[in-house]
Amino acid sequence: MELKLALKVDDLDNVATIFANGIVDGTQVEVRDKKGNSETITVHGDVPYGHKIALRDMEPGEHIMKYGECIGAASHPISKGDYVHVHNLDALRGRGDL
Amino acid sequence: MSITFMGYPRANGKYGARNLVAVIPSVICANDVGQAICRQVQGTIGYFHHQGCCQLPIDLKRVTDTLSNLGQSPNVGAALIVSLGCEGTDHERMVEEIRASGKPVEIIRIQELGGTARAIQAGIDAAQRLVQQISGIQRVPVDISNVVMAIKCGASDTTSGMASNCVIGYIADKLVDLGATVVFGETTEFLGGEHILARRAVGGENGPVGQKIYEIVDRMEKRAKAIGEDMRGGQPTPGNIAGGLSSIEEKSLGAIVKSGHRPIQGVLEYCDRVDGQKGLWIKDAPGREPEILTGMAATGAQFMMFSTGRGAPQGFPSMPVIKICGNPNTYERMCHDMDLNAGRIITGEKTIEEVGEEAFQLMLQVLSGQMTKNEALGYFGSMDIFCLGPVI
Repeated sequence: MELKLALKVDDLDNVATIFANGIVDGTQVEVRDKKGNSETITVHGDVPYGHKIALRDMEPGEHIMKYGECIGAASHPISKGDYVHVHNLDALRGRGDL
Repeated sequence: MSITFMGYPRANGKYGARNLVAVIPSVICANDVGQAICRQVQGTIGYFHHQGCCQLPIDLKRVTDTLSNLGQSPNVGAALIVSLGCEGTDHERMVEEIRASGKPVEIIRIQELGGTARAIQAGIDAAQRLVQQISGIQRVPVDISNVVMAIKCGASDTTSGMASNCVIGYIADKLVDLGATVVFGETTEFLGGEHILARRAVGGENGPVGQKIYEIVDRMEKRAKAIGEDMRGGQPTPGNIAGGLSSIEEKSLGAIVKSGHRPIQGVLEYCDRVDGQKGLWIKDAPGREPEILTGMAATGAQFMMFSTGRGAPQGFPSMPVIKICGNPNTYERMCHDMDLNAGRIITGEKTIEEVGEEAFQLMLQVLSGQMTKNEALGYFGSMDIFCLGPVI
């Protein structure tokens, strides 16, 4: 079976973006970085095209990193391989409600 | 060997990629007359905005400045101002300024002419004269350093920051290195990435340009927060979220990629025009299409490079908009709206540089007269002016 690819943009990143269709719970994806390093991770949850997975376990409040920069904080405990999106990631900017 | 495109020479030393007669209502109340004129006279376009009266003085000045600068933009060869007669904008100043830029300009006043039908008749006569007057202007070879490129991303998803915005960043760097001008904006989409931009400012993060970048982002964030609501739900948009963007920070970090890597020379206000400034500039404008496209055209940009992931189809009346699509699935579905498929970077078929060179060649063709897909489809009617205060 063809291995699906996920891209890690920066060394500091703790999420990777999957550019593939048909990623369902239990699919194995190959996470690659710019240097060509790769790691196989089992995905937890169904992940649509262009969405993200966690590259390691994270505690609530921990910064989620992409492009080597903070894109928000974990709102729930996150395990390696989990689908990461608005259900477990909170923006930290533009928050008039905080 | 220098790189050139074929452009229309203007009396003020600028060069246009199009040669249009702009029909400019000085107020929303004149739009229907302007639309009737545009329907009848070939070679005209209209700026059908929704402002121009019962606004605070600062906004009336903004509307006047924006319309005047649109009339002076290089793709416009002549202008017809359509005034109602009692509006808050300064339509006489628009006429004077556009005329001072060396362009033929006429004005009709609906109330003075005796109403709608008479104004339409006078407007058609005037627009016909203007079109005939400018339609014989010939294109000449123009050095690439005369280009002003506007850039923007819309209907973004996670492919935007990894493919289409990278292509536009490649073009931005190349144009700056060739001595041209590049303007980007979307201040809302600096949130979370402003420190990266401020560090690229001429004079560094703590210099006046770097501090100005922090200031405009802070102003935009405060404006959004002043209502006491979470920005989420508005930014990122539902479409951005469906496309995988989880926060405004993630959207911003992908969005600023399109500005490339060159130093940022300064910050332009929304209505400001570029007059000989070279290099990379920021324009303080929101992300929504009608307002930022208007601001960019008023800058004097001859064209815009527009990155999209989910598929934004619209253009602008007087400024060709080249759509670079980062998502290979969207390109397949919407290839009649998308000018270039940068999704081939995501699939691994092409590199950023390879697609960047294709986009650069396409840019030269569009500057020289080739229509973009939205131009050929006539999908360029919407525009508006970004105002600060309430309608009163």
